[in-house]
Amino acid sequence: MKGNEAIAHAAIRYGADGYFGYPITPQSEILETLEELMPWETTGMVVLQAESEVAAINMVYGGASTGKAVFTSSSSPGVSLKQEGISYIAAGELPALIINVMRGGPGLGTIHPSQSDYFQATKGGGHGDYHLIVLAPASVQEMADFVGLGFDLAFKYRTPAMILADGIVGQMMEKVVLPPARPRRTDEEIARQCPWAVTGRAASRRHPNVETTLELDDERMEQNNLRFQRTYREIEANEVRFEEYYTDDAEYLMVAFGSIARICLKAIEDARERGMKIGLIRPITLWPFPKGQIEKLSRKVKGVLTVEINAGQMVEDVRLAVEGRVPVYHYGRMGGIVPNPQEVLDAFISHFPETARQ
Amino acid sequence: MTIEEIKQNGTVVACKPRLLNDNNMHYCPGCSHGVVHRILAEIIDEMHLDDNIIGVAPVGCAVFAYNYIDIDWIEAAHGRAPAVATAAHRLNPDRVVFTYQGDGDLAAIGTAEAIHAANRGENITIIFINNGIYGMTGGQMAPTTLEGMKTSTTPYGRRVDLNGYPLKISDLFAQLDGTCYVTRQSVHTPAAVRKAKKAIAQAFRNSIEKRGTSVIEIVSTCNSGWKMSAAQSNKWMEENMFPHYPMGDLKNTVK
Repeated sequence: MKGNEAIAHAAIRYGADGYFGYPITPQSEILETLEELMPWETTGMVVLQAESEVAAINMVYGGASTGKAVFTSSSSPGVSLKQEGISYIAAGELPALIINVMRGGPGLGTIHPSQSDYFQATKGGGHGDYHLIVLAPASVQEMADFVGLGFDLAFKYRTPAMILADGIVGQMMEKVVLPPARPRRTDEEIARQCPWAVTGRAASRRHPNVETTLELDDERMEQNNLRFQRTYREIEANEVRFEEYYTDDAEYLMVAFGSIARICLKAIEDARERGMKIGLIRPITLWPFPKGQIEKLSRKVKGVLTVEINAGQMVEDVRLAVEGRVPVYHYGRMGGIVPNPQEVLDAFISHFPETARQ
Repeated sequence: MTIEEIKQNGTVVACKPRLLNDNNMHYCPGCSHGVVHRILAEIIDEMHLDDNIIGVAPVGCAVFAYNYIDIDWIEAAHGRAPAVATAAHRLNPDRVVFTYQGDGDLAAIGTAEAIHAANRGENITIIFINNGIYGMTGGQMAPTTLEGMKTSTTPYGRRVDLNGYPLKISDLFAQLDGTCYVTRQSVHTPAAVRKAKKAIAQAFRNSIEKRGTSVIEIVSTCNSGWKMSAAQSNKWMEENMFPHYPMGDLKNTVK
């Protein structure tokens, strides 16, 4: 099935409580599949087509405030509209899942694939000092798997998680093993797991629960900020995820996330047949970024090429990890164009011509 | 006679509602918010809803509503309360969910969320405080500001050629198939307070019976924003606001 469809199936099987979305290419299959599967008849999951992305993300804020597992999806221009709400969800220390199946921008841009929302996803996007946990799937299987992972991490750290997919992963069809189905949490389980949840049961609890992001006492607001930052440090310490290929004997390194990482892997395998020892690191969490591993590898390779379907965004984080030890270059296409393995290899050779002469 | 003795004698005719806590309200003396908060606290207690209700607070003067009434609250982003309430209710269909919004929150920045929630017939109650001005930010023009009315952003009076017309958004709500009850009330006299209280109770009953969206507009005073005394504000409201925003039901399908 398509990556977008896998997300819909996986969410129902995870026991998600609600989805709120607004159509936009290339991710509308998520809403369409959910409407077709009618989970409200089986698991009781709520599915609602909102009047806008702004409304949808605020529905997520409202649903998450009641302790429910809720999510939304969109594509780049729509995710820009959601940024205000994402900032509130982060500030409210609420678990939620946001999916961005990226298309090319800026503006309306193109409906074709892109990775140009890396900055937006990993550096904040909305206002204020906050981070999202950002997962970058490279296959339909990971689209399905990261729904559960994203929810689990969001609830573990009480912070929003984002699946940052490119349009290729959303649209391409692959075989997928769906996660086992499990029931939605009961109200009692939610009350136990989320004692902060605004469930409307103030009298039973003997104290009201209030979900607010406002704090006009500066000392207390700074304490809130420090608490958020402690959570982020904890996530950085525990949740870095990446995959490595051929790094054991690598003399050069490529860094790529999402679907382009698979194209890079093909380029690297072709290069290895020609005796060029290139390795690949594929960050799975874009935040927290696997800077430790890249730093480690930068001590043994002669150069790094970052390949992205954008003008060069993740390359900045790679450069921060490499700290000038070896040259770091970027190769990318834009406008919805995805380079093929030969183009990636040509770009690599143009930056590191010594490798072709070996 | 001590307060306890008075209570024992059954002679109490008025007291602070149980759910209204002791926090000092930040509302200006004479402002309608305090009265509406009080009747809300009374109704929630009288209808035994305090274990079954979620309030959604706006951005505006009522941003701190959650500090005063001891129920569960969600503080929404500016204008988004009806979207927040939509999900809170859909995911918790046994709860009574209401929004409490001012004119800027509901009728300007949150128009889309309010109209669409009502058009979907969400089983929520919208309490809409219309005082024709932005109180919290210091008295700027609201969508409901009357023609000729002076605010800090219409220092020479609102001109319809520049700023458009005062928005009768409750009339729009009444046109939607999703609403079951749309009424315009005030709280400036004891009789008006009793009627407004009855209207809010009716709205909560509609929500419990899942009859659709109820909208209670309360035409209100903002004496500090209007730069008048509380008494002058009440008189000014009767003479100027009521002709443009007439009192009474605009729609009631539940009679």
